Amino acid sequence: MFDGISTQLLMGQVLIGLINGSFYAMLSMGLVIIFGMMHVINFTHGAQYMLGAFVAWLLLNHLGIGYWPALVIAPVLVAISGMFLERVLLRPLAGLDHLYSLLATYAVALIVEGLVRYQYGSTGLPYQNPIPGGVNLGFMFMPYYRLWVVVFSVVTCLGTWILIEHTKLGSYLRAANEKPQLVQTFGINVPKMMTLTYGFGVGLAGLCGVLAAPIYQVSPSMGSSLMIVVFAVVVIGGMGSIIGAVATGYMLGVVEGLTKVFYPEAASVVIFLFMTVALYLRPAGIFSGKEQN
Amino acid sequence: MIRLLLIAAAIALLAVAPFHFYTVTLMTIMCFVVFACSFNLLLGYSGLLCFGHAMFFGGAAYVTGYILKSTPVSIELAILAGAAVSGLLGLLIGMLTIRRQGIQFAMITLAFSQFIYFILLQSPFTGGEDGMQAIPRNPMFGILDVTDNFTYYYVVMAITLVSVFVYYRVVHSPYGEILKAVRDNQPRVESLGFDPERIKLLAFVISATMAGVAGGMKATVYQFATLTDASWPISAEVILMTLLGGLGTLLGPIFGAGIIIWLNDYLAGFGEWALISQGVILLVVIVFFRRGFVGELSALATFLANRRKPAAKADAPKPASAH
Repeated sequence: MFDGISTQLLMGQVLIGLINGSFYAMLSMGLVIIFGMMHVINFTHGAQYMLGAFVAWLLLNHLGIGYWPALVIAPVLVAISGMFLERVLLRPLAGLDHLYSLLATYAVALIVEGLVRYQYGSTGLPYQNPIPGGVNLGFMFMPYYRLWVVVFSVVTCLGTWILIEHTKLGSYLRAANEKPQLVQTFGINVPKMMTLTYGFGVGLAGLCGVLAAPIYQVSPSMGSSLMIVVFAVVVIGGMGSIIGAVATGYMLGVVEGLTKVFYPEAASVVIFLFMTVALYLRPAGIFSGKEQN
Repeated sequence: MIRLLLIAAAIALLAVAPFHFYTVTLMTIMCFVVFACSFNLLLGYSGLLCFGHAMFFGGAAYVTGYILKSTPVSIELAILAGAAVSGLLGLLIGMLTIRRQGIQFAMITLAFSQFIYFILLQSPFTGGEDGMQAIPRNPMFGILDVTDNFTYYYVVMAITLVSVFVYYRVVHSPYGEILKAVRDNQPRVESLGFDPERIKLLAFVISATMAGVAGGMKATVYQFATLTDASWPISAEVILMTLLGGLGTLLGPIFGAGIIIWLNDYLAGFGEWALISQGVILLVVIVFFRRGFVGELSALATFLANRRKPAAKADAPKPASAH
């Protein structure tokens, strides 16, 4: 049966896998950054991703602002709303059991998704592809936009990783994660850093949303359907590891794509199967190392 | 003595309720009472946050439904079988996950429930997106006809009472005490020579079995099982019920389930508002009333008791259910 699979189909699915993987990677990276700093599992992440896409759609359809400006404006707006959320809701809950902040972010997600659905209905809204066309690679047709998404996400992930692991700001962040009181005595405003971290993680989700808008349709449930997979990615990669989250994200995207070629029935469960095996073999996540708390 | 009288009064109220209210709503509430109790046993008493409890509920609903559709097995055995399968599933998943704590446990159970969801979606016996339709109510004990909703109400009531009694017994047994100790201080319990993981695993299995009873009952009440029963929103709903009622309180889940089902019923015609209102309630409970309905009431009762010592006892009644 393997002979029947053409290179075209195989490469096509690998590409789709890479694109899904780009979203998994960026979203789980945001989650891990927020979790690492604040010990909050951000259940609103999916809704914020959806908001990013919706803001882009609104900008285009109501103000005539196109894709490229939206790629900056929408994430910033989502980040600002996230920082507001952190100040108003998450900070008062910070001293309590993690359960409460987790459920609070879920409640916000329910409300946001419900309101958007109420206003715009649950059918998907189309968003025009800003870079139409593509290039014929000989064995397959490569749309420019998808290439752009993959490249852009790799650059974003790398940039974020460098920012956190190899800059002064990043070292403050990591230090504040380990010993917040001590860092505070050095005159660093830790609460402010938390707000900014949350804003940054959420902004990444918004950025993802804008990137996704031309590929998937803009719909209220686009985030919630993706989030559970992203949570599985975070579990597999290890909760405290940025590199782990990113690598697992791309890997699982491709694995999912390949499963579609060889055994389509299992495509939706393969990630969870993978998770089960990974949990059994490496209970703390396959990329867990020194960063595991 | 007062407690016994209150219980008798509650049972009497339940027995006459179908004369005044729509029986299907009442039966739904009872299914979710059992479900919420099973969840409270985990989160409230063992500190395990399961984010995918719907897999047990929905899984058992399908198993019970499948048995009733394909065999002439009596209805109570079908529900028991659903619960048993659910308990086994709990054992399997528990063995893989029980060592993880807190948030990690939540995420993993969520992922597992999604796993189960997709399996149910693709298995040939479940009917996929359409769900399992026209589940018959086989005669109870092979002789008693329960096709009528009014008759079946009393069956559901009996199963619910037994389940709640079991839940009560588990919580108040020596085992229940150890469970609470594990929740509060696991290393300490370990140092006393207990095996916390086995204790938690047992709680997980009991909870899964109980959730299975609830799911099986639901399948027989509505006579259909759908993918919604195993989906994440149901997992979230049971968290909301438990939290709203009061975490780690015996009566909390009962009130929580009652209020949410009643609210869902009331808001069913308003589309999105049912979910939005759930979000708002959850937020309000988390920010202002973390002790939940029953927790806040008993706190109020203690407060009043401390203020007016003599009248203390009379001031702490449990209000009749909020219909």
